[in-house]
Amino acid sequence: MNPYAEFAICLLLIIGGAFTLIGAIGLARLPDFFTRLHGPTKATTVGVGAIVISSVIYFSTLGQGIGIEEFLITAFLFMTAPVSANFLAKAAMHLKVNTTENTRGHPWDQ
Amino acid sequence: MLDRLSFPQPWLSLTLFITWQFLSDGISGGSAVLGLILAWAIPQITQGFWPDPPAFIKAWRVPAYLLRVVWDIVIASVEVARLILSPRPARPAFVCYPLELEHPLAITILASTISLTPGTVSADVSDDNKLLLIHALDAEDDQTVIDTIKTRYEKPLLEMFQ
Repeated sequence: MNPYAEFAICLLLIIGGAFTLIGAIGLARLPDFFTRLHGPTKATTVGVGAIVISSVIYFSTLGQGIGIEEFLITAFLFMTAPVSANFLAKAAMHLKVNTTENTRGHPWDQ
Repeated sequence: MLDRLSFPQPWLSLTLFITWQFLSDGISGGSAVLGLILAWAIPQITQGFWPDPPAFIKAWRVPAYLLRVVWDIVIASVEVARLILSPRPARPAFVCYPLELEHPLAITILASTISLTPGTVSADVSDDNKLLLIHALDAEDDQTVIDTIKTRYEKPLLEMFQ
């Protein structure tokens, strides 16, 4: 395999892994439900994106054609992540989940 | 009976058919048949949930918008990562965002964009489609959040849907 491609794949995998890890740390560290919602839906967007791109490069250099499947995974993820985040937020507002003290503003009544 | 056999949303059907061909291992007779069945059945089942299509979409503006969103996701991800790792506590806020967009599809796209870019989640739309409730992870003041979204995302969407 081309050394440049190998270098790019390694770099992207490290970036992807680091962002996914930070997302998980955020889930543990952030103070309330609504702020925790940001960790997994966000930092992982870049995490999964970087891992998918490295997968595309890997299979392209192997000469098996460009992986359309990877782009479909990304598209599906980007379409479904906002919807699930929205549902989680709505459910939390419906249940009147407590927010941290320094939160400005209020959620609406459901 | 005949309208049961039609394709009420040709573009959705076409997208579904092509997506199915990519998902299955190469185009074959079987995948084409199954793709046709899906392209027919899914629009029929979901028809009640789709808003009326907008009169006109300036499709050539879509790639520029997507590029901007991807770039913002990368930048904002780094900021959120830095915030998570720093000892400083976050300054979360619920922000009421006044919507200028009117079409339901445009509002959906804006809300999804807000949710995808790190640091903000769209939590709810008011019943009259005039306000969007956003939860910001780290906002110094509400007006900055509103102005950023207005200039970066809503203006291009307004141009696209007019």
